[in-house]
Amino acid sequence: MNGFLAIISRDVALGFKAGGGTVQTALFFALTALVFAIAVGPDTALLSRIAAPTLWAAALLSALVSLDRIFQADFEDGSLDVIVETADLLEGRVLAKAIAHWIAACLPLILATPVLALLLSLPAQGYWPLVLSLLVGTPALSFIGAISAAVTLSLRRAGVLIAILTAPLYAPALIFGVAAANAGASGAPNFIPSLLFLGAGTLFSMILAPLAGAAAIRFNMS
Amino acid sequence: MSEPKEFSTGLTVRDVAVARGGRTILEGASFDLAPGAALFVKGANGSGKTTLLRALAGLAPIETGEAHLTPEGSSPAARRAAIVYCGHANAVKAAVSGRANLAFWATLYGAPKDRTEAAIEAFDLAAFVDAPAGALSQGQRRRLALSRLILSAKPLWLLDEPSAAIDAASAARLSAVIAAHRARGGAVMVATHDGMEIDGARTLTVHARAA
Repeated sequence: MNGFLAIISRDVALGFKAGGGTVQTALFFALTALVFAIAVGPDTALLSRIAAPTLWAAALLSALVSLDRIFQADFEDGSLDVIVETADLLEGRVLAKAIAHWIAACLPLILATPVLALLLSLPAQGYWPLVLSLLVGTPALSFIGAISAAVTLSLRRAGVLIAILTAPLYAPALIFGVAAANAGASGAPNFIPSLLFLGAGTLFSMILAPLAGAAAIRFNMS
Repeated sequence: MSEPKEFSTGLTVRDVAVARGGRTILEGASFDLAPGAALFVKGANGSGKTTLLRALAGLAPIETGEAHLTPEGSSPAARRAAIVYCGHANAVKAAVSGRANLAFWATLYGAPKDRTEAAIEAFDLAAFVDAPAGALSQGQRRRLALSRLILSAKPLWLLDEPSAAIDAASAARLSAVIAAHRARGGAVMVATHDGMEIDGARTLTVHARAA
């Protein structure tokens, strides 16, 4: 096993341990969706219209609150020194950390989405487009978030600051993700174009995150 | 002895200045660390010992001056490849066992399985290595962290207060491990306040730059 896979498997394993944050993030996601449902009230027609946007917004907020875990703990306990010291290419290590964040923080949300969609009366034809749009779009949340987490590395208790910095950068993913999910939910024949834009954004962030994240880590460790 | 030793890497430092938080705190550090040598770095709190070690290890930038590996190599990446830095922070994850921590480091350092066993042996970790790291004492975590020295199999060891929190028996083990490393041609550089002793070690005293 090489360092890339070792970092992913370690981070995912730590995420599922007590205090690792995976469970908290998933519960936060469910809670956010429930708060929307309760606030809207028993208007099923309205709920079913806003189900997909609500779940996308909840996923975005859940990703935001989990970002400070990507590098902060490793920076504070010295693990990041070992990760940097042994890295042939720091960019690869940043990519591994972002992928691990997606598996530990975003994937559980996607798995929980069908249950919450039921609660929000999402039309039956909307399930698959919603899950698909989350699968394609949420990796961008982890990649962009990794940049913010790396930039704010040396600041303690940076959680809120990370959220403020990152939320505007999430706007394109949110717009195209919701567009694809809404098109699917309303029975529009073709939700693929929005999905392709979403996928393009994810791929772009996947290239950008390792470069920007590694540069930010080098800067913050000085 | 004419037989070739395992390690033959040294470090030549000339007029190095390092900064912390954007301020130059130490300048004019010059010394040679030959294969098999040992060097203490001493100085008051805040004199820049930790920053100097981190900069030499390639984990922080060197402001001015040069740090060359002998026979060759001076880039931060080359220094990271030859130097293992063991700092104040133990890098131990409390949520998993000591063995899981060791396994992660071993993968990062590309260490084969028998080297992990050697590391457990060297710092006498066997009694607690399978317990959750969160249940270990400070000294036990420290010994776990020091085992990275063995796992890394690198020629140059930069240790920052290595004997903090460990008992006399463990300190003796550390001294033995360092002696064995030097016998193989490895070199060590130790920043310390306490009375740790290493045979034939020279001392570099650093002073904080006048503000």
